[in-house]
Amino acid sequence: MTARYALRFGALGYLAFLLLVPVGLVFYRTFEHGLHPAWAAVTNPQAQHALWLTLLIAAIAVPANTVFGVVLAIALVRHRFPGRGLVNAVVDLPLALSPVVVGLALYLLYGTGGWLGGLSQHGIKILFALPGMTLATIFVSLPFVVREVVPVLREIGTDQEQAAETLGAAPFTTFRRITLPAIRWAVGYGVVLTTARAIGEFGAVSVVSGRIEGKTETLPLYVQSQFEGFNTTGAFAASVVLALIALATVLCMRMFRPKEAR
Amino acid sequence: MAASSALAVSRPGAVLGRAGGGLARGIALGYLSLIVLVPLAALIWSSRAQGLGTFWDEVAKAEAASALKLTLVAALLVAAFNAVTGTAIAWVLVRDSFRGKGIVNAVIDLPFALPTIVAGLVLLQLYGPQSPFGVNLAFQRTGLVLALLFVTLPFVVRAVQPVLLELDREMEEAAESLGARRLAVFRRIVFPNLLPAILSGVALAFARAVGEFGAVVLISGNVPFKTEVSSVYISGQIESDNPAGAAAVSVVLLLISLGVLLLIGVFRHWRTRHDR
Repeated sequence: MTARYALRFGALGYLAFLLLVPVGLVFYRTFEHGLHPAWAAVTNPQAQHALWLTLLIAAIAVPANTVFGVVLAIALVRHRFPGRGLVNAVVDLPLALSPVVVGLALYLLYGTGGWLGGLSQHGIKILFALPGMTLATIFVSLPFVVREVVPVLREIGTDQEQAAETLGAAPFTTFRRITLPAIRWAVGYGVVLTTARAIGEFGAVSVVSGRIEGKTETLPLYVQSQFEGFNTTGAFAASVVLALIALATVLCMRMFRPKEAR
Repeated sequence: MAASSALAVSRPGAVLGRAGGGLARGIALGYLSLIVLVPLAALIWSSRAQGLGTFWDEVAKAEAASALKLTLVAALLVAAFNAVTGTAIAWVLVRDSFRGKGIVNAVIDLPFALPTIVAGLVLLQLYGPQSPFGVNLAFQRTGLVLALLFVTLPFVVRAVQPVLLELDREMEEAAESLGARRLAVFRRIVFPNLLPAILSGVALAFARAVGEFGAVVLISGNVPFKTEVSSVYISGQIESDNPAGAAAVSVVLLLISLGVLLLIGVFRHWRTRHDR
């Protein structure tokens, strides 16, 4: 019995020390001088621009990774083709790779002298602009929808899909009426994870953005630039916005989490 | 279940028809290439553009090598620590019951959801120069390890939890009724069943710790030869316009990531060997 309590309080104490105290402190530091300075800090034009840019990038990256994530999952589970094992490994790579390396890869590909560096001479600006930042965000948040959908597709099997086909349903009808309803919770969970990652990405976006204030600065980059510029109130206020998004994400994750892990 | 999935895989074109299957595959491969493969190929190509000799010189440079060594040692330390704490937390979440367990379970995902730069800022406030506890770990290796522990917390917990939930209690009860002590039951029955999941979680935590940037960039202070890790070194090389140096170290990190994924594949195979 004592062992059980020791384990319980050990585990909870560790979590409190590592997670709750730090996150509580951000809220405290932001609001210690009252609501007004914090509100002023998040409503100044630079912070507003950073917030909108972050949301815009997420609004492109999340739908792209959702649609292609579902297609990728179907290709991985339902089809056999040469190189399938390789594709499977590549899908997981963004989970295990440093975001700075991702940023550098894009920097070298689209930068001066890179394979696609010529694009900028034709007026297509990728690096230090929205397209590069979006590509970096798509890269780092790519695995989540695929990884949630693959096990569900595997588990439901193909019986119902085959039955629908036998009854004359067109492939797309089969997908819309049979496959999609079965995977929708997994897709929802994947979308939540993708959104969280897309909004919070720092390393990869930092390398390709060029960090032009008021232009290519997302909210996480804004946090760092304000902190390094000794505007701690601004940094903390922006952090609270991001932390609130994170808390909302965690709540959504609870809702969508597959039932066995609940 | 394994049999049905094998069947599903061997029947091509079940979803989108035969032509649709080709289309799905083409789109999937095209997307992956555009987003992931081409940039990584460009990275590898750049790293050896000036010859293998330059590549090795860049990796073996004192500052780069020292950063790489610190990265690996810190990541190993953090991964090992997570193996113990992660398993303990998963155990408490599955086998113990107390008020507020649901909240604790939800809180585990916080490091996944919280932007890494916010995590770094928070830890610096708490354990930096203005620490309310009077400790200053900023610009120290302890601070670096603490930041890595924060971001890697969920991996082992979330890997072990589902396996522990599904573990049949009968084996443990049988062992206990035969007079085995609790520790012996854990060591001989529970632990061997959890080991593949623990190792998968540890491997993911290790990979994350090797590559982490946002959470460590503020608290570590980036002192060369002391608290500068590889990801921060790469970022510094890009800023000081030495892409060759950045690319060389990046390729080493890429190889480590691929190695870890390969290991996780082995662990996954090991865990499901009885289902086959």
